[in-house]
This record gives sequence, C-alpha cells and structure tokens, in this order.
Amino acid sequence: MSEAGAGRAIGVETVGMTKIFGSLVALEDVSIRVRPGTLHALLGENGAGKSTLVKCMMGFYQPTRGEMLIDGREAAIHNPREATEAKLGMVYQHFTLVPSLTAAENLVVSRPDCPAVVDWKREIAALEAFMATMPFRVRLDTPVAGLSAGEKQKLEILKQLYLDRRFVVLDEPTSVLTPDEADEMLGLLKGMTSRGELTILMITHKFREVTAYADEVSILRRGRYVGGGLVGEMSTDDMARLMIGDAEIRERAARVERSDAPVVLELAALFASDDEGLPAVSSFDLKVHAGEIVGVAGVSGNGQSELIEALSGQRDLDDGRILIHGQGFEPVRDQMDRFKVCSLQEEPLRNSAAPRMSVAENMALRTFDKPPIASLGGWLSPGPMRAKARELIERYRVKTPSTETPIENLSGGNVQRAVLARELSGDVDVLIVANPCFGLDFASVAEIRTQLLEQRNRGAAVLLVSEDLDEILELADRIVVMSGGRITLQARIGETDRTAIGHAMAGGH
Amino acid sequence: MTAESATPVRGRTSDPEAARIRLLTAIEAVIVPVGAVALAAALFSVFLLTLGKSPATFFELLWRGGFGTAFSWQNTLIRTAPLIFTALCVAIPARLGLMVIGGEGALVIGGFAAAVVALPVMGVLPAWIVTPLMFVAAALAGAVWIGFVGWLRHVRAVNETIASLLMFYIAVAILNFFVEGPLRSPADPNKPSTTPLDPGLMVGSIPGMDVHWGLVVGVVVAILAHLLMSRTTFGFAARVTGGNVRAARAQGLPVGRLMVAACALAGATAGVAGYFEVAAVLGKANASLIAGYGFTGILVSFLARHNPLAIPPVAVLFGGLAAAGGLIQRRMGLPDASVQVLQGLIFLIILVSETIYGRVPFLTAEKRR
Repeated sequence: MSEAGAGRAIGVETVGMTKIFGSLVALEDVSIRVRPGTLHALLGENGAGKSTLVKCMMGFYQPTRGEMLIDGREAAIHNPREATEAKLGMVYQHFTLVPSLTAAENLVVSRPDCPAVVDWKREIAALEAFMATMPFRVRLDTPVAGLSAGEKQKLEILKQLYLDRRFVVLDEPTSVLTPDEADEMLGLLKGMTSRGELTILMITHKFREVTAYADEVSILRRGRYVGGGLVGEMSTDDMARLMIGDAEIRERAARVERSDAPVVLELAALFASDDEGLPAVSSFDLKVHAGEIVGVAGVSGNGQSELIEALSGQRDLDDGRILIHGQGFEPVRDQMDRFKVCSLQEEPLRNSAAPRMSVAENMALRTFDKPPIASLGGWLSPGPMRAKARELIERYRVKTPSTETPIENLSGGNVQRAVLARELSGDVDVLIVANPCFGLDFASVAEIRTQLLEQRNRGAAVLLVSEDLDEILELADRIVVMSGGRITLQARIGETDRTAIGHAMAGGH
Repeated sequence: MTAESATPVRGRTSDPEAARIRLLTAIEAVIVPVGAVALAAALFSVFLLTLGKSPATFFELLWRGGFGTAFSWQNTLIRTAPLIFTALCVAIPARLGLMVIGGEGALVIGGFAAAVVALPVMGVLPAWIVTPLMFVAAALAGAVWIGFVGWLRHVRAVNETIASLLMFYIAVAILNFFVEGPLRSPADPNKPSTTPLDPGLMVGSIPGMDVHWGLVVGVVVAILAHLLMSRTTFGFAARVTGGNVRAARAQGLPVGRLMVAACALAGATAGVAGYFEVAAVLGKANASLIAGYGFTGILVSFLARHNPLAIPPVAVLFGGLAAAGGLIQRRMGLPDASVQVLQGLIFLIILVSETIYGRVPFLTAEKRR
C-alpha cells in the first residue's frame, strides 16, 4: 500500500481514568494502552463501563480523574471537537448516515469545513481518488437507504478515514452484519491496522471476533480494568472468566425431550408490511409444537420485528392466519387470555411497559381487569395490585426500591425481570419472545434464558426471534432463518452449522 | 432496597418507601407548575416595564379584579365553571396521549344543542323534564363532536389536534347559520340569538352566592373524572395506552375503542360547559358562546398536568385572570389582550417545564436513593 497511510496510526493510552456520576462510580482507575497500528478489543458486559470509557476518550464526558496520552504525549480532550482535531473518531452501533443522501453527499457534509456551496464535480473526483487508496469501497452515487447494512458500516468507517481520523473506536461494529460480512470487514480493518494506517479500539461481545482479529484485548468489569493482554496468550475461557467474574448464576434448566408433541402455534402464510407499507414478511409458514423452542435467526431488518409486532398485536397482518390449537387467533385481549399467549420483547420500556407508571401497575398489565384487582365490573383496587407486585418482586428477584417506583427508574435488567414476572407467572401455552436479553447484564440474561427453558419444559410453544445466533443455538430445538421476510432455512439444531446458517442469513437457499 | 426483603403482605399495608415516593412526586407536581407561573409573571413584568407600565399595579389590579372582593370572587367563579369542563375535555384524552384542543367547538355545539332541544318543548313539558333533556342533549352533542375526532384518529389516523381545531370552525359555522337564519328569534333585533329560554329553565345560584350550580357540577365531574382515571379498569387501560401505546397493543387492549371513548367523554364535559353557558348565563344560544373558554381550558389542563383534581383550583386562577381583564384594561389603559399575553407566557413556560420533571435535583436524588 503506497501513500494510503499518509497519516499514521496513533496510539492512545488512558491513565487512571475515573468517572463518577453522582453516587455511581461508572469507571474506576482504568488504565489501558492501545498501541499504534493495532486492533484492540474492549470486552465487557453491559454496564461494565466500556461506553463510559470511550466517551471519556472522545470528549463526550469529562473524566472525574485520570488523563489521556496520545502518542505518548499528554492530551486533554474537553469536547468531541478536540477529539476530531486530535484525529480520534468513533463509529456508533447505530448508523449516523443520512439515508436519503448518497454516499458521496454523506461524506462531504460530514466534513467540518464543508463549504456552503459544494463544487460536486471536484468533490466527487477527490472522493474517487480517496476511494482508490482504500482497501474497500462503496458506491458513491447510491442513496444510503439503498445500501446493505454491511455497506453502510463500511461507509461509516470510510467516513472516519475520509475525515483523517487515525484512531477509531468501533462500537459493536458487526452487530448488524451477517457473519460473512463481518469476517470480510474485520479482515480488511485488520489489514489496515497492521499496515500502520489506523489504530482501532473495538467494543465487542463476540469472543470469536476477538480471537480471530484482535491483537490485544482489555477487559472491564463493573467499571474496573480486570485484565487483558495479547490475544494469542489468552484463551476465550480466560476472557469469559474475567468478563463475568464470579457472579452467581442460576443453573440452566434441564432439557426435557419429548416426541410426538402436538402443534400448538401455527403461522399460515403470513404477510405483513413495514412502516413504509413495503412488504416485510412474505408467506411465512411455521409450526411450533408444545414443549419446543423455535428460534428465528436473521440479520436485523429482515422482517423479524414486523413478524413479532404482527403476532403481538402491534401491527396488522396483510394476509395469512395465526392458529393456536387449530383455532384462529387474533391478538386481542380476551383471546390472549383464553389461549394463554404471552410475550417477552426486547427493549421492554419501548415494547412492554409504560415507563412512567409504577412497577406495581406495570406488573398488573395482564391482570388489572380480573379479580382480585378488578371488582364490580371495572372498579380497581390498588391493594391487591400491590400485594401481587410484592409477591412477584420477591419471586423473580426484581430489584426495585418499592412497588410505587416508576418502572423507568429501574435498571434494564430489572425492567425485563418485572415484565418476565408479569408474563410468565401465569399459565403459558404460547410464548412469543424477541431479543429478550438485548442490552442486559449477564446475570439477568442467564435468568431469562433459564425461565424460557423452564416454560418450554412445562410444555409451552416458544417462538424465539433473536439477532444473537449464540442465543438461538443455546436455547432452540429448531432454527428458522429469515431473510428478506421469508424463511431461507429450517433445520433442527444439530443438523445444521454456522456456515449454512450464515449463508441463509445472507439470503442464500 | 427494602423491597428485596419485603415479604408479600396482605392488602393495603403501607410501604414507607412507597409512601415517600408518592410524597416526593406530589411535591414535584406542585413545585414545578408554581415555579413556572412565577417565572411567567416575572417575564410578563419585563413586558410591562417595556411598555412603561408598573408591574406592581398590574398584579395588584389582578388581585383586586379576580380575588380582592366578594364581587370579584363571584366574577371569577362564574368563569371558573366552564373552564373546569373544558379543561377536562383536554385532560381526559391527554391521559391516552391525545392532544384534543377543540373543546371550544364541543362547548359551542353543546350549548347550541341544549338551546335547540328546549325550543319545541319549553312551555309544553314541565321544567323537570326539559332541564335534564337539555343537559343530556348538550353532553351528547359534545360527545359526538369530539368522539368523531377520536374515531377519525382511530380508523384513519387523522391527527386529533388538527381535526379538533378545525371542527371548532365547523361548530361556529353551524351555530351562526342557525342563529342568524332558521332559528333566529325576532325578539332580539340587535344580536342574532335563539328564542330565550323560559325563566323556569334557567339554572339557579348556589345559595349565598351569585354563582350558578355549574361550579358545583364541575367540581363533582372533576372528582368523578379522577376516580375514573385512577380507580377503574377503563382509566387504567387508558393510562397504559397513553404511557406506551405499543405496550398497550401487546397486551391486546382495544386502543382504538379506548381513544374514541375517551374523546367522547371529553366532548361530553365540554358540551356540559355549553349547557351551563346557555342555561345559566346567556339564557339563549348566540355568538357569545364563543368566549374562548375552550382555549383557556387547554392552558388550565396543562398547568394542572392533566390531573382532574388539580383542574378546579387552576381553573379558579384562570377565572380570576379573565375576571380581572376588564378592570386592568380600564385602570391601566392596557389592551384587553394583555392578559392573554400573560396566559400565553404561562402556557409556553408550562410546556417548557414539562422537561424538568424527574430532573429537579434534590427530589430526584431522594427518589433514586
């Protein structure tokens, strides 16, 4: 590679970085060293302080204590603009591109010195010259909305390079990519770092990516640096142990195998559209038996959220039927009660709880219109409601100051536990689950997965839509891969492998 | 973290932590709006100073015209009654996340309906039949009026704010058409009106005051609205819908039907305001029904944070502002609209103060402790 790396990769080091929010110590005395020209992985559970650390580095937060060295020299970054000037950049998990603009337009407008009147001919020529020096390229004239997730991610990274950032933080860069896309992208980035053009600090959860691509790793737990080093010298077990610590986790429920279980949930030729009215789910057929978990895998944005919304009553079906025990089902309240249909969705504050209502009220969403909470055909008694909430809080170990606390004040894991308590404490025949562990801490994840398996073992038909393939491989009996709103693969776990699944996720049959 | 150790206890045993949080929430709900009104008053003082007028005089006159004497109290309370009803017309849908601002239209249509149903039967049927008939007609007309807005929202996703506002103009057109045309009474040559009601159909005064019963009915309806929202399954479902419509749908709640029902209830309250304006104040239906109560009611509801129990006291405050307008105009040579400037400022700052909830430093720290 010739002049591509006209700028040189820079090294960044934090020394005793500490960040305190009120009484919460989010980051405590973290010193990590990212050497120039390396791909450095930052591992940690949710809430371990990874994003606090990088936000301190990028000038979004001012650290309470501690300092930063850039190429060995002390540097104070007071705001994101100073980070830019120091050639530090960050790629967020969610895209920050303007969908209606083309790649070229996105790049040019992101420049701090973007002129008021743009000479497009000249800019495009300059961009093409720039692209020619890059290991990967993106079509410049296509509106970003028309790019695939992988291309968007590439464009985000190209943007950083175009802006001449030489130290780039990537926040879970592969979460929206197919395994093939992820491998391609990380391989290319690895090449750039080893040529000394760039330094990368990558926040991730995926050990596979760390072992395959990272040079070094730093691991945070509860705001502290707990270990790290050269990737070649650590096993994934070491990393997992450091990341998770010795938190006590409930035993995984034993799996009860059954045969000839009846079909409970049947989806027959479902069609649904997205918010723009474009087809999102097309002729989706699926049967879920009693005592079975069927995992629906796929890269996000391939119709999974529309499918879940249609099943849980948040979106109208265009066509098709939902059958439970052979009878037609519509997601309205009395039928949900009659057929014992429960759901557990990602981001509970968005999907399954009213954020400003109390924990007790949120826990009563399924039962508020039935005795003992309701009487005289519509009169509501807060006493039994609170009593029920206390019981559930105890049984499902929800950490809350009281039953009257607005549920939005709870941590993410506890909100999901409260929802789980509400949905699973009664009889469950059909359970519809979508990314239930998204963004939760390790202990909550283990707990929720155990509960799902328990429901399965009790005979519930569980439909689990998840973007986390490992979750599906761990929990499901059967896997279905969705791509472009259709099923592209259907197999029993154990009768397929990651390669086949990856191909199906990318749309292959 | 007391809850972890708390054992499930029966019934209504009070949990001190829960009580503390309720108290802090209540304190917050008082501090923020009071602060907002104070800030609005301060800004308004600056406005007065730029006009070369004395803020001190203004607020003194405001006090005298609204609350200083028994007479001004009466003036205030007469204006309070319709404000309670029209504020409820905003507050009930607001709990479902709907912003209905066309209460004025429901008031006009309600008042008109009350006057119209009385026309053929007054003098024929006894007052104890006609009065309830008028009341029900007003409530029903208002319910249909705003209920239609909710229905449009439900089946066609028409924005309820715009729809209800535009419906107000339709209401005015209907009123004007009939009052100036087919139903115009020859008895009133100066101002087009319907035939005056029989004196026997007029709503009387609360004993000892020159204020009609509408005030009492308003307070009762506000209390009923509070009970409906906080202590019934309908209110609970409505609050879930307003709190997170996706969660409400996922629970299979009939979101659309709830919206229509809440809008209809809201419209009924505004319609009743129209009834009292016709049967207690005007004695007939005419353009005086369009007095802006519906719009001031929006302010009242926002300042009361859409809490039905807070609406009557806030309505008294705004009733006082309206009552003092005339005095201020005469004494200070300020245009009548200057009181509206103050109202506008209060509204603006109330809207801004919405973002402060949950961020009052000392209260938040206490809650999260």
